[in-house]
Amino acid sequence: MARVGVFVCHCGVNIAAKVDVAKVAEEVGKLPEVAFARDYKFMCSSPGQNLVKEAIKEHGLNRVVVAACSPKMHLPTFQKAIAAEGLNPYLISMANIREQCSWVTEDPEEATAKALDLVTRQVKRVAHQDPLEDIDVELNKTAIVVGGGIAGIQAALDIADGDRKVVLVEKSPSLGGKMAQLDETFPTLDCSQCILTPKMVEAAKHPNIEIRVNSEVATLDGYVGNFDVTIRRRATCVDEERCIGCGLCQEKCPVKNVPDEFNAGLANRPAIAIPFPQAVPAVPVIDRERCLKLTKDKCGACAKVCPADAIDYSDEGSEETVKAGAIVVATGYREMDPAVYTEYGGGTLPDVITGLQFERLVSSTGPTGGHLKRPSDGKEPKTVVFTQCVGSRDPSRGHEYCSGICCMYTAKHAMLYRHHVPDGKAYVSYIDIRSPGKSYEQFVRRAIEEEDVRYLRGRVGRIMRLKSGKYRVFTEDSLVGRPVAIDADMVVLASAVEPQAGAVELAQTLGIAYDADGFYSEAHPKLKPVETATAGVFLAGACQGPKDIPASVQQGSAAASKVLSLFARDTLKKSPQVAKVDPTACTGCLTCSYVCHYSAIEQSEFAGRQVAEVVAGKCQGCGACAATCKNKAIALAQFSDDEVFEEMLR
Amino acid sequence: MTGPSRDGETPKMKEEPKILGLLCRWCSYAGADLAGTSRFIYPPNVRIVQVPCSGRVDPVMIFKAFTEGYDGVLVSGCHPGDCHYGTGNCHARRKLAVARRLLETVGVDPDRMHFTWVSAAEGRKFAEVCAKFTERLKTLAGTEKTLARTGLAS
Repeated sequence: MARVGVFVCHCGVNIAAKVDVAKVAEEVGKLPEVAFARDYKFMCSSPGQNLVKEAIKEHGLNRVVVAACSPKMHLPTFQKAIAAEGLNPYLISMANIREQCSWVTEDPEEATAKALDLVTRQVKRVAHQDPLEDIDVELNKTAIVVGGGIAGIQAALDIADGDRKVVLVEKSPSLGGKMAQLDETFPTLDCSQCILTPKMVEAAKHPNIEIRVNSEVATLDGYVGNFDVTIRRRATCVDEERCIGCGLCQEKCPVKNVPDEFNAGLANRPAIAIPFPQAVPAVPVIDRERCLKLTKDKCGACAKVCPADAIDYSDEGSEETVKAGAIVVATGYREMDPAVYTEYGGGTLPDVITGLQFERLVSSTGPTGGHLKRPSDGKEPKTVVFTQCVGSRDPSRGHEYCSGICCMYTAKHAMLYRHHVPDGKAYVSYIDIRSPGKSYEQFVRRAIEEEDVRYLRGRVGRIMRLKSGKYRVFTEDSLVGRPVAIDADMVVLASAVEPQAGAVELAQTLGIAYDADGFYSEAHPKLKPVETATAGVFLAGACQGPKDIPASVQQGSAAASKVLSLFARDTLKKSPQVAKVDPTACTGCLTCSYVCHYSAIEQSEFAGRQVAEVVAGKCQGCGACAATCKNKAIALAQFSDDEVFEEMLR
Repeated sequence: MTGPSRDGETPKMKEEPKILGLLCRWCSYAGADLAGTSRFIYPPNVRIVQVPCSGRVDPVMIFKAFTEGYDGVLVSGCHPGDCHYGTGNCHARRKLAVARRLLETVGVDPDRMHFTWVSAAEGRKFAEVCAKFTERLKTLAGTEKTLARTGLAS
């Protein structure tokens, strides 16, 4: 006989303001299954949990229902609490009377009635729950880090320093990510490459790290501790093992007009090229669309000059499967294409450039060797307008969110410009200045007060190219309340931070959730900022939302610590939510095996006939087999027909 | 209100239709939670039951719901391609397409079952789905009578 204890939480006023919690406890106490019921201000607090423990002892409870927030939030908390009292942790159920009742119901009476109904259902359900034991599974202690920018490098280094193997997968030909393209960094103005490249080299030389550049994750199978990851390498036509990185091939390549991605399209490069001088690995890649040998079967110059015989035109790429226990996703962001902003030229005005392009123009490794020259005529710009929020905070054509980093990098850009052109005039058009990081506000004040950058509060309405070659920027100074027109030599657009191209497809491959903007969703916005809802897959850097370098590094380290704490165990506890076949009812049709996504159902024998059998270690507990079985021979633990019916029927 | 009533003497049009929501744990249940976190109000007669995956939804659950007096059944899973278990939501779609025809055969308006996708980020969509489905159900004739005629009612 079930002796259920019911604990109704006020959640401060979150539930109690709408739901008459005392009445719910009183009414539910009248159910025959309920041996004890009460309400309390914060059930999840330590005294709240003690209350549950005490009641189990005092009233001999063998089942517990907690009516509080979503089970996604606190079910594990209460499972631990009842387990401490010797009760099986699966003999508990939660009634979601906050997210799915008090917060979504207008009328207090209706909310109370609904809460009572929800709690009653869980009482009926919990009475049908069985005690379950977690399943022990083996754990592979190799981690895969997807993305070789600063967040991914940091995560890989931290995991590798913890003496675990890492496979670092990077889509482009080199590690480094966006940070490699930056000139100096806020708020210290230290050189980006000077702090990044040693880390790139460290990652490449680390005995525990294997690098896979030009590669992407193609498929993912398995589950936490036991992932099978297929990594697909694109055809590069250069043998990474043989290449000595001399660069002769790119010197001799006759095709010189390929837009240079590293220089944000401001320069051209050959069809075979090392992406940038400090690239790791320093191995060139052939652009298959532009190479004369591959497109017209002419030339072959690179193969002729290569002293290491590293060029292989027949390369078709390759695939390998890696076994891993955890995955860190650190795929970063891309800069939004300002094409929709036609009033700013939509990318057609040569001297209206993006923030990333400006970084390349002032960088000593950039197309101008660090001398600030505007793209159209190579002249030094004497007046520059920096325009913030291009695509950010603009739900009509761009994104609703704030890109977070642009206020700071615009202040930096304006300062860098003033350092390059001391007699030049820098204007910044902004909506608000957002500078909440450590030493950030001081940095912006320095730009305004010491570096004579002129900040104008207002959004740029239009940029017009004049016959003189200048650009008339129409904006306003809303603090003074007047329109402003500035004749500038160059305009820099702080284009929004966007999820990478293909971010959604990768999320689908990895089975992780993403938000409406395409950024990956963390398991909890405050308490689980690096976990995803999929166990064993963690997030780092701007793929989760716009982030600057310090925040990306922090999250990279945080994800690594999560991986290392996972790897500190020798076996993993797996949820007992698995399917089980009743061989006496099974007819052996094996329809269940066709719907199983994990190949967890095998053919077996019972009493001399064919039956299905579930391999518990492989089963992920989706229940597709149970819903498909014609004879109801399959039961899914925690979601058996009985349990679902009891919850839905009253 | 105390759950679906089982007495036979229900008026033709009830004040508020009673809806069973079978929601997958990964997307739609989280979407329903987000509706709460964002304080989007929706009709109070929706009863949410969590399932691990929309692929777990057995047509029997839907028939049971109608015989027990629900006016509508909402099944919601992850968007195609987003299923935590790969393809569970697509299994559900196929199975429920057949279930629709079965409902028609036994005289229950198939529109009383609504199958949709709600992601964990779509709190507003979840609230809207509930509100729209409630309105739609109000325009349909009652189920009790048809169920009584077919002998399905308990």
